[in-house]
Amino acid sequence: MIGGLFIYNHKGEVLISRVYRDDIGRNAVDAFRVNVIHARQQVRSPVTNIARTSFFHVKRSNIWLAAVTKQNVNAAMVFEFLYKMCDVMTAYFGKISEENIKNNFVLIYELLDEILDFGYPQNSETGALKTFITQQGIKGQHQTKEEQSQITSQVTGQIGWRREGIKYRRNELFLDVLESVNLLMSPQGQVLSAHVSGRVVMKSYLSGMPECKFGMNDKIVIDKQGKGGTTDDAGKSGKQSIAIDDCTFHQCVRLSKFDSERSISFIPPDGEYELMRYRTTKDIILPFRVIPLVREVGRTKLEVKVVIKSNFKPSLLAQKIEVRIPTPLNTSGVQVICMKGKAKYKASENAIVWKIKRMAGMKESQISAEIELLPTNDKKKWARPPISMNFEVPFAPSGLKVRYLKVFESKLNYSDHDVIKWVRYIGRSGIYETRC
Amino acid sequence: MTDSKYFTTTKKGEIFELKAELNSDKKEKKKEAVKKVIASMTVGKDVSALFPDVVNCMQTDNLELKKLVYLYLMNYAKSQPDMAIMAVNTFVKDCEDPNPLIRALAVRTMGCIRVDKITEYLCEPLRKCLKDEDPYVRKTAAVCVAKLHDINAQLVEDQGFLDTLKDLISDSNPMVVANAVAALSEIAESHPNSNLLDLNPQTINKLLTALNECTEWGQIFILDCLANYTPRDDRESQSICERVTPRLSHANSAVVLSAVKVLMKFMEMLPKDLDYYGTLLKKLAPPLVTLLSAEPELQYVALRNINLIVQKRPEILKHEMKVFFVKYNDPIYVKLEKLDIMIRLASQANIAQVLAELKEYATEVDVDFVRKAVRAIGRCAIKVEQSAERCVSTLLDLIQTKVNYVVQEAIVVIKDIFRKYPNKYESVIATLCENLDSLDEPEARAAMIWIVGEYAERIDNADELLESFLEGFHDESTQVQLQLLTAIVKLFLKKPTETQELVQQVLSLATQDSDNPDLRDRGYIYWRLLSTDPVAAKEVVLAEKPLISEETDLIEPTLLDELICHIGTLASVYHKPPSAFVEGSRGVQHKRLPARAGSGESAESPEVGQSGTSEAPPAVIPSQGDLLGDLLNLDLAPATTTVPSVQPSMQMGAMDLLGGGLDSLPGVSHRTEMQSPQPSSDYSERELGGDIGGSPSMGAALGAPAAMPAALSNAPAVGGGLGDLFDLGGGVGMPTGFYVAPKTLFLPAMKAKGLEISGTFARRGGIIQMDLSLTNKAMSVMTDFAIQFNRNSFGLAPAGPLQVLTPLTPNQTIDVSLPLGTTGPVMKMEPLNNLQVAVKNNIDVFYFSCQYPLSLLFVEDGKMERQVFLATWKDIPNDNEAQFQIKDVHLNSDAASNKLQGSNIFTIAKRTVDAQDMLYQSIKLTNGIWVLAEMRVQTGNPNYTLSIKCRAPEVSQFVYQCYELVLKN
Repeated sequence: MIGGLFIYNHKGEVLISRVYRDDIGRNAVDAFRVNVIHARQQVRSPVTNIARTSFFHVKRSNIWLAAVTKQNVNAAMVFEFLYKMCDVMTAYFGKISEENIKNNFVLIYELLDEILDFGYPQNSETGALKTFITQQGIKGQHQTKEEQSQITSQVTGQIGWRREGIKYRRNELFLDVLESVNLLMSPQGQVLSAHVSGRVVMKSYLSGMPECKFGMNDKIVIDKQGKGGTTDDAGKSGKQSIAIDDCTFHQCVRLSKFDSERSISFIPPDGEYELMRYRTTKDIILPFRVIPLVREVGRTKLEVKVVIKSNFKPSLLAQKIEVRIPTPLNTSGVQVICMKGKAKYKASENAIVWKIKRMAGMKESQISAEIELLPTNDKKKWARPPISMNFEVPFAPSGLKVRYLKVFESKLNYSDHDVIKWVRYIGRSGIYETRC
Repeated sequence: MTDSKYFTTTKKGEIFELKAELNSDKKEKKKEAVKKVIASMTVGKDVSALFPDVVNCMQTDNLELKKLVYLYLMNYAKSQPDMAIMAVNTFVKDCEDPNPLIRALAVRTMGCIRVDKITEYLCEPLRKCLKDEDPYVRKTAAVCVAKLHDINAQLVEDQGFLDTLKDLISDSNPMVVANAVAALSEIAESHPNSNLLDLNPQTINKLLTALNECTEWGQIFILDCLANYTPRDDRESQSICERVTPRLSHANSAVVLSAVKVLMKFMEMLPKDLDYYGTLLKKLAPPLVTLLSAEPELQYVALRNINLIVQKRPEILKHEMKVFFVKYNDPIYVKLEKLDIMIRLASQANIAQVLAELKEYATEVDVDFVRKAVRAIGRCAIKVEQSAERCVSTLLDLIQTKVNYVVQEAIVVIKDIFRKYPNKYESVIATLCENLDSLDEPEARAAMIWIVGEYAERIDNADELLESFLEGFHDESTQVQLQLLTAIVKLFLKKPTETQELVQQVLSLATQDSDNPDLRDRGYIYWRLLSTDPVAAKEVVLAEKPLISEETDLIEPTLLDELICHIGTLASVYHKPPSAFVEGSRGVQHKRLPARAGSGESAESPEVGQSGTSEAPPAVIPSQGDLLGDLLNLDLAPATTTVPSVQPSMQMGAMDLLGGGLDSLPGVSHRTEMQSPQPSSDYSERELGGDIGGSPSMGAALGAPAAMPAALSNAPAVGGGLGDLFDLGGGVGMPTGFYVAPKTLFLPAMKAKGLEISGTFARRGGIIQMDLSLTNKAMSVMTDFAIQFNRNSFGLAPAGPLQVLTPLTPNQTIDVSLPLGTTGPVMKMEPLNNLQVAVKNNIDVFYFSCQYPLSLLFVEDGKMERQVFLATWKDIPNDNEAQFQIKDVHLNSDAASNKLQGSNIFTIAKRTVDAQDMLYQSIKLTNGIWVLAEMRVQTGNPNYTLSIKCRAPEVSQFVYQCYELVLKN
């Protein structure tokens, strides 16, 4: 298990050091600093073995978090724990920075004592932790016995992510379907790889212990229902359903139920959390198509023409569109002409950045640029990095639709109809690249 | 809050000030002081002098302050054990506190204080806490048992805590169960043989129930523990798998990987024809792919594991090539791992895409990555034959870029492509030679030198090129030196006239001026070979090389199986067993995959089909640099005897004399079919170039037929090592090698004017040899021997001349091994294995006929794939089946199968039904005919029943004879 946990600033100074196991000596702190933080070469692996001691590290801005062990630990668990640790710290005091860590070091020690026992991760749900790690130390003494046992049963309980007795005057929930669409296209317009990774983020403000059921146009579910219903129905819904390659759920979702019935049922945490993640690769709506044309005119000039086409309903508007056209390192000057938006050559980034605020569906726009090159004797050819694109569209490129989210709370007197529900779809570009 | 100020006190006399503050009456001031102490402790200052003062602050209502003091205690108690006792009372008191959080805190902290006197006091409170009414206290106490065990294992056992801990597995609270499991697993690791984690179906059921309810971390503990369990049968295994699969949808990657581990392990037990087996395989792919959208560090862990999974069960991800394409912004460690997996998944179906990607990668910035990409192109060429041509042209394009490290890397892989596809791409040698000067890395230089030596006859200025390398001989690395030595010797053998000086120079450099024993030894061996017998030297040095394997860098199968049991852990990241990086007793246990369940099958019966996983796994390439090991463990390289140009007259003579009824002598050089017994064990593409020319020849030298008595040359088939090299007499070969019958008289002296010939046949390392003893029983000297065969059923023909180099004096006997090829003219003989031979000497021509065992023609790659076997067996009409009885064999089925294997009769599968072992065997003849056999062995019954099926039923009889011969000798 984890033998110790260290936090360093960018200079390699220790900000937090907590050792859980006897086999980790004080020199481990220095070993990591010398061999990883101060190493001359770039870090080649997130796991480093120094003198039979293994170090796992992640970096957040310029802060290093390192877990140390001498045993054959579950490596995936250690990284998951480090991420979780970052989440917890962020939830308590915001951005992870040297300043914040120094200001909250007592709190961090207290957290580390609680969420890691002898190197074994314990309950690390912020919701639960906040009920008893409060930084108002005296509180413990003022709690009633009921309060105390409520805390402990929540921390250890089956529903560790939600406390009892939550009350709202207005029961409300928000569902955000957030997708990032990834594309790698050949210069000829052939899709080399495309996939959507999506998340369903829920903000719930619901009283009591509500039982929820979430439904979407999952092909497997729709097909199953289609068999029971009329053929007409099946035909209609079949078109709109999507094939999900794989999905993962927040720990509140009953996985065995999903596995057997493919229904998504859960008692949600209070406030914002990520209900599920999913991935699709079939029938993806690619919101934009990029058509590049690069011509080398002699040794000192490049002509670049890029056309982008929007491919969705004309009534919808895409926003924050940005096309990034890489330029060679020996570029001396660039002239750009674009029909729409603004384009600029950014020498520091070796790229022409073309920004368009808004663009409706089924439209097309074009940019052309002349790139002057300095003659070089560098034999190595320019690698021609791909043209990348950023955008945001108000629909889900995977085609995912929320069909329902039902809320049941038998003990309190509100029903599914009384809950105000909001659904929003946002599709963003992930790594959206076209080779040129 | 501005706690950061505590980090900035650096003035002198600090300790005194702190001491004063700690003893202050004001609570706030005290707390401030403790914070300062902790801050100093964090940055590494020694504040142990404050021990009594800090401990004095322990008695407080303030929980935050208490926790800080505890933290201090945990750090310094060990250095001040006597003082630490002062704290015991407070701990004991806190363990009775009405607030469960405080009770838990006390027991948690106490376990972290490694002072004997304190641990004694810990026992009572711990016992209470293990039975506490509050689950929070119980889950903390469970971990505390593991802590205590780490300090004093005996105490834990004496106090009976282990039993209490076991009881907690049945606790109503899932988190208590999870922590108890974690603690027990850890304790069990240090007692490998204790039955501590007594996993039985009941406890497993409890664990599986808790699995659905506990935290993500708890699920990991439970899954990791489940992975250590071995189900009793395939049904239990399936039911556990069914309950574990839902975990594949968990958001926590570690839960997913641990679930994958359990499934991969238990899957081993499921019969492959089960529907559920297929379903499970399909279910595994999507979650593995999803892991690649996690944060980069987790992606790295996942990719290292996928690398193992792809080697163990390639079918899972074979359609998912695209997800391993490298993204421009991936961290380098992710890129390198993806590349590795891409090569493993490359197949004929996706090779075009893969190559296009690799070409892109070869233009990237990171040197390591580019090198690996170039190397990958070469590996694709070797793996997918259809792509070889495109790979070569891509490599040539890359060489044109003149980027130094790209060129060098390309040359190293092209060397391997030459090895794999001889006589196909040598046209590119000219381009390679242009880049000779830019090579500065030993591996590339060695590869280039190998190429020059190997193709010396095609490179006009080979001698100049090699000479230029020779100038700085002593500055070169060992692999280059070895390679240079071999290359020049090769050159000399090919162009003896112009290069005599050169070869003398290199031999003296290697033997006299070098301190390196490998180099010296190789030099001496060459020198001696060249000086005693140039013809033999040629056979040795220019022997045909065994094929190189397609798959490289594979993990050795037993290690792979062990690593599969460690999926998700560090071992799977390092690709090393835990014992390689964990100190002490922990993790030293070797985990093993469970055996497939079923009715005592030691291997699967052919009915179960499914190739791929349980086939004989490809052997593994020895790691680079193990030069000596390589040199000594070489297989016998199939020695091809080229017709020595030294004796053209004899050849002509034979022709004249034998011309009549027999076909003409084999033209230039007949090569016996090359089948290195274990092709992949010899070379990897990364392997020392130095070995390529030299060492297989060493093996060949031992088996080289020419001047060695037949009985002795039987030895060196596999890895005899140095012993063989120098102690020719005592060579030990494979324990069950090819059975060689004792020599029988072929030609009596009275029929042949005093020449007596006796002989036998043997197959050694893929080469057919006719071992002859020629005895001169006449009064005069015999010379000018030659031999010729008549057409025969399998096209057997001498692959070289009869090497009787010295005149045969009266009453002298010479033993000769004649290599035979199977490419001669064919005519069906009666009986099938009849061979008519003509031998000529200075006196006359003599004819005789003899019969060879058919096993001579059983080739080394006669192991059929299970599925193919099954299909072929069904395909051959039943009329072709012949049944035989083999009587009085006192071997069990395994020994029999072993023995048969030595004669290239391969057991593909074994099935046991009612104490009767059924062995399914395949044989391939040199002319491509397959023979399938089923051998039934009944325990206690010395009579075997043999059923033989073959498309050419006439061979069955002779195959049966071979069985008889092999099994009874």
